[in-house]
Amino acid sequence: MRFVDEFRDPKLAKTLIERLHKRAAQLPYTAEKPMQIMEVCGGHTHAIFKFGLDKLLPPQLEFIHGPGCPVCVLPMGRIDACCEIAAHPDVIFCTFGDALRVPGKQGSLLNARERGADVRVVYSPLDALKLARENPQRQVVFFALGFETTLPVTAVTLQQARREGLTNFSVFCQHISLIPTLRSLLQQDDVRIDAFLAPGHVSMVIGTAPYHFINTQFGKPLVVSGFEPLDMLQSVLMLVEQVCEASCKTENQYRRIVPEEGNVLAQNAIREVFQLSGSSEWRGLGLIEASGISLTETYSAFDAERRFRPQTQSVADDPRSRCGDVLTGRCKPHECPLFGTGCTPHNAFGALMVSSEGACAAWYQYRYLENEPAQEQQEMKQKVAG
Amino acid sequence: MSERNDVVTMAHGSGGRAMQQMIERMFLSAFDNPWLNEREDGARLSLAAMSEQGDRLAFTTDSYVIDPIFFPGGNIGKLAVCGTANDLSVSGAIPAYLSCGFILEEGLPMDDLQKIVSLMAQTAREAGIAIVTGDTKVVQRGAADKIFINTAGIGVIPGDVAWGAGQIQCGDKVIVSGTLGDHGATILNLREQLGMDLGIQSDCAVLAPMVAPLRAVSGVHALRDATRGGVNAILHEFSEASGFGISIDENALPVKSAVRGICELLGLEPLNFANEGKLVAVVSAQAEERVLNLLRKHPLGADAATIGEVTENPQVCLRGALGVSRQLMLPHTEPLPRIC
Amino acid sequence: MCIGIPGQIVALHEKQPDHAWAEVCGLRREVNIALVCEGISEREQLIGGWVLIHVGFALSRLDEHEAQETLAALHVMEEVEADVALFLGAGEAR
Repeated sequence: MRFVDEFRDPKLAKTLIERLHKRAAQLPYTAEKPMQIMEVCGGHTHAIFKFGLDKLLPPQLEFIHGPGCPVCVLPMGRIDACCEIAAHPDVIFCTFGDALRVPGKQGSLLNARERGADVRVVYSPLDALKLARENPQRQVVFFALGFETTLPVTAVTLQQARREGLTNFSVFCQHISLIPTLRSLLQQDDVRIDAFLAPGHVSMVIGTAPYHFINTQFGKPLVVSGFEPLDMLQSVLMLVEQVCEASCKTENQYRRIVPEEGNVLAQNAIREVFQLSGSSEWRGLGLIEASGISLTETYSAFDAERRFRPQTQSVADDPRSRCGDVLTGRCKPHECPLFGTGCTPHNAFGALMVSSEGACAAWYQYRYLENEPAQEQQEMKQKVAG
Repeated sequence: MSERNDVVTMAHGSGGRAMQQMIERMFLSAFDNPWLNEREDGARLSLAAMSEQGDRLAFTTDSYVIDPIFFPGGNIGKLAVCGTANDLSVSGAIPAYLSCGFILEEGLPMDDLQKIVSLMAQTAREAGIAIVTGDTKVVQRGAADKIFINTAGIGVIPGDVAWGAGQIQCGDKVIVSGTLGDHGATILNLREQLGMDLGIQSDCAVLAPMVAPLRAVSGVHALRDATRGGVNAILHEFSEASGFGISIDENALPVKSAVRGICELLGLEPLNFANEGKLVAVVSAQAEERVLNLLRKHPLGADAATIGEVTENPQVCLRGALGVSRQLMLPHTEPLPRIC
Repeated sequence: MCIGIPGQIVALHEKQPDHAWAEVCGLRREVNIALVCEGISEREQLIGGWVLIHVGFALSRLDEHEAQETLAALHVMEEVEADVALFLGAGEAR
């Protein structure tokens, strides 16, 4: 596969890893207190686990998984609102596969389907638009979620819907903006992040300038990274080099895809259809200012919440679960008391265990049995202490 | 009141004339064999004839509820013959007789039923399998999805063949007979209306002729056909049953490039995709080369490859592109396309 | 939500001006190209080029030159590492 396989070349990966080991030895970090590199994108989390990149890093470096999975940061109450809309007999509720099993208080969209709601998995919002055209007597609702990567896609779909004058298509808008998240993360006292791997595909839309505040206001280096192993290893090396030379800037490793200015056509489409509006709630991070995204007045007719008025739900997480801590990198998935016992992919407490690249799901899928000795030790400690 | 000939009606399941006519014209004429032609309630099969071939009977059953019922490479009827025949083959038996029960939804077009039955008959005939007994029921619209088929099959296992997960030993090699996921990718594309021009089709096929020469090879320990749940499911079954683990090399998996494309696009793994004409064989290291050669000689096994080995450590693991090993878990439900 | 795959634009869509046919691993998929080009001439320029595809949309044009440069830099690094290893190895042998 062109432009994919070359960036998975094991020999080049080995070269990068060797170079990393050498350079990392010169860092003011140790295995006990490693340099913490946060990746804020589910695609990066997935790649790390799939290729075992964290196992290949030198001991002075560590990945922490940040809240870059838009499914994982969804407040549970929003799923309940979706299920309420889906339950309308004339609604066809369309969602990406990622969100189908995320639990709300009253269950997931999959549960809603089992109870008779017409919930369909789509691969693209254009599929939902097509359903609207083909089913004029039904109301088609598209669950729009994602960061800036998917935002322009929903925007273009809505522009199309407006051009066609469709009255039976609407979106449940759960898009979120990345930059306010990063800012909020950096403002938390107890989160120690030394450097960032920025999501390549969000950057392809927004460009690299929006990250500068991370260098200037917070003094952290950042590299915009692609998703193949060579991309990520090279990006980590670039971060290490920055630290070695005491520089602190935004660099672009993913130049083949990310233009410095981003995608202007996409930015225009976003501007026409969406606006940043007030604070929005994020699981694990609470309310983040100016992070909510809603439709502009011109497109407000396509707002599913206006059309269906579901009850606003505020649902608190189970106090035992540490979803927020895992999301902000404060703890690893298996350190949550519910991990693997009360919370499994089959019976998940939160989205991190259900979303295919949620940190907990990834850990469970790829590392579960390896952690068993650690868990047993923990249980033993608890038994002795209790 | 005229009879509608173009769809299946409740009358066709009622035991009356409509049903008799349908059975005669459609099933009996298509499946035509001496046992069926006796038109008794059940087929009578000669024990003596069977005893000459071996000393155990393999007996298996499966139900087929696939949607869509027609797909590139076949239809539900062909699947119903292949699936059950293959279950017999992998137990070491020579597939000989099938039963077949139909549950038809009121309103199913007769043309569709005819196409399905014809392909069933053709597939069975070409494989030397006789469909010797059957049953037909019709249920009201909505009580079944178009057509469900159950087939049960029997075949004789020759005395010197002893395949089973209990035979698996540490150090054995794990071989697949061909490319992974062709069937699953084809069906996914159709069912989810992904509209992709894949250029591949279901690999649905009777494996008996490819399996036959393996019976003479000592060192063949266990065979399974990889259907729902993909090769991943089989690896876990083998591991569970034998108490050993299996380590698979991701680079060694034979995958057609269109299947790889659909997996990359949707974030899925070919190991989890269904197959309908592939088997997984666990063989001793000494037998590996011979088995690969025998498989590759047959058109259905042209892409046969060793994908891993049996290990002491009782986990199913995948050695990735960069050499790092990770656990391979079974997805607890059908994997959904993801966009993240 | 980041899954994006490189695909090659092989033809424009016959009926829909905003759509084109992309090939990924030999399989053809319809993609929306509204976000990577404006106007007919730009659209035609896309043919034969590579784009990044995300949920049925082309979101960026892949710069093949940059891709080659990135790989070339890594290959250089590989040679340097190999030379260094050789050099060190020769040093130790004495």
